[in-house]
Amino acid sequence: MKAVFETPLYPYQRHADQDTDEPQRHHVVIVGAGPVGLALAIDLAQQGIETVLVDDNDGVSLGSRAICFAKRTLEISDRLGVGQQLVDKGVQWHLGKVFCDTRKIYEFNLLAEDGHRRPAFINLQQYYFEMAMLERVRVLQQQGAPLQLRGGNKVAAVLSHHDHVSLQLDTPDGAYALNADWLIACDGATSPIRQALGLDFVGRVFEDNFLIADVVMDADFPVERWFWFDPPFNRGQSALLHKQPDNVWRIDLQLGWDIDRDAEKRPENVIKRLDAMLGSDIKFTLEWVSIYTFQCRRMKNFRHGRVIFAGDSAHQVSPFGARGANSGVQDADNLGWKLKAVINGSAPHDLIDSYDSERVYGADENIRNSTNSTDFITPKSPVSRIFRDAVLDLAEHYPFARPLVNSGRLSMPCVYDHSPLNTPDAMVSGPSRTRPGAPCVDVALCDGYLLQRLGGRFSLLLLNIDSTIALEDIDEAIDQVVLDASLDLTGALSERYLGSDSQAVYLIRPDQHIAARWSTFDPLAIASALQRALAGGSLTCV
Amino acid sequence: MRLILNPNIAQPDQFYGDLLAAHDGLSDAESHAYNARLVLILGNHIGDLEILAHALDAAKLASLKE
Ligand SMILES: Cc1cc2nc3c(=O)[nH]c(=O)nc-3n(C[C@H](O)[C@H](O)[C@H](O)COP(=O)(O)OP(=O)(O)OC[C@H]3O[C@@H](n4cnc5c(N)ncnc54)[C@H](O)[C@@H]3O)c2cc1C
Repeated sequence: MKAVFETPLYPYQRHADQDTDEPQRHHVVIVGAGPVGLALAIDLAQQGIETVLVDDNDGVSLGSRAICFAKRTLEISDRLGVGQQLVDKGVQWHLGKVFCDTRKIYEFNLLAEDGHRRPAFINLQQYYFEMAMLERVRVLQQQGAPLQLRGGNKVAAVLSHHDHVSLQLDTPDGAYALNADWLIACDGATSPIRQALGLDFVGRVFEDNFLIADVVMDADFPVERWFWFDPPFNRGQSALLHKQPDNVWRIDLQLGWDIDRDAEKRPENVIKRLDAMLGSDIKFTLEWVSIYTFQCRRMKNFRHGRVIFAGDSAHQVSPFGARGANSGVQDADNLGWKLKAVINGSAPHDLIDSYDSERVYGADENIRNSTNSTDFITPKSPVSRIFRDAVLDLAEHYPFARPLVNSGRLSMPCVYDHSPLNTPDAMVSGPSRTRPGAPCVDVALCDGYLLQRLGGRFSLLLLNIDSTIALEDIDEAIDQVVLDASLDLTGALSERYLGSDSQAVYLIRPDQHIAARWSTFDPLAIASALQRALAGGSLTCV
Repeated sequence: MRLILNPNIAQPDQFYGDLLAAHDGLSDAESHAYNARLVLILGNHIGDLEILAHALDAAKLASLKE
């Protein structure tokens, strides 16, 4: 049987654009149909923005790569119409165990807080994530969404002009040219577009190699995340075992720096290592094996005129903490509504600059976290090794040391605390987790979940606000979501959104981040907060 | 709270003696590991990041002399 990632899902087809004398111009061209390009394309298609998505390939990610998808990604996927499919297919896990040598030094439970529609994490092969997105693209196309997907189209040249970008695409039928008002480079860590434009991509390479193997086996290991420091089967190095759907298990083995990569990749050598880890009585087959060196780096800026970088092309992290695809999907979520507002003329171009400042901030947070994890897992100096081992030894005996053990900090959504789009917090004692800049926290209501009612457009969340108030004063571009205490079954709504106040008004962006909040209803304040959220920092005083 | 850099241990000789005694019979590597564990335990007891930052700085000596 052919693996899914060997099957062409959107094979090259000749397009009329290839037969015109003059290059055709499109509103948005997205390069790269990985998780990030697909997420952005779906978002734009749902918003009715004309988009062409091109990829030099015609299928899903070769091999699994990303396997952990975080709650925020699932919430964004809900808005994109694929969340349920991902959760149905994915494996849910809660328990993580950390071993040192042969001893279990502690375990942690990702105790999920009540009242969230989605779990903290699911494990799912990246190719399933992409397949779900591709199916969604097809559904949107059938519904008439202005989205084209062109496989076998390879970007060979890019030229940036002040009000558009021109591209050359290579296809099996030869090259053709296209123009785009906006070019979104979701073309991965090696980004040919970034290189063609001669842009920087600086950071740190970790001098270490990791063998990543996905194996198919019928083993009754529990559905838990197991992480080893210095196990007998991989002395002085680390190891990870994690379950994916279809009896596929992800195994990561740290190999060190001075290795013979070709020899390590040979199946007989991989099998020898896996036998040592799993026990020779366990039967398995290799689905995919690769050797990686990890880097943490980002571009200085993600926007360069009409060219915008998103996902791995803009920033790259080591996989500890599962932040690559998860943060890239947040890029797409952040960019989609801004592009729409600018293309429709409801916001100035400066709004796109706030994509740069917000997501550069997010990338720095992710790089910091995954650098910390990598430094803990692979200490790079004798003294960092001494402290690392001291933490592990203490963790076995004393609870205080367990939070210091860092085998990957799980990805959490970014709070844009200093965003130019935020209006200063006007709720004196509002809960900190729902302050301006934060993504909305989900809550179970008596008829569904809060996040199901938000997103796509600006929303005004009115909590316990007297409904006789003149809501017609509010801009029609804003959805109104009126909630009162009777819907708040568990008290979580009031705990997460009111604090000690009795009522509140929240202005929520299309990406479900909070732009402003008040404890009273003031149409003028709302109008100016909306203006600020669309101005992208070009508004200096309000 | 500020980092205390004046005498604060009632029986300094006792503490110093106990500290050295704890290293008795340890190899260099074991001593380094022991010290690291001790720093982590004491750091957790202090808890306050600001005081810890002062302590990290104070231990450099150089920055005190300027
Ligand atoms: C071993 C490993 C484990 C990982 N685990 C996780 C995890 O658990 N969770 C997580 O969130 N992330 C994880 N990641 C990271 C994740 O895989 C990446 O962050 C993610 O794939 C980035 O998505 P992207 O869409 O930006 O780029 P990519 O997925 O790299 O997609 C880029 C696309 O651009 C196309 N392209 C490139 N050049 C051209 C061109 N010239 N013309 C046309 N098309 C082009 C490519 O064909 C490709 O389809 C892991 C990565 C690795 C390697």
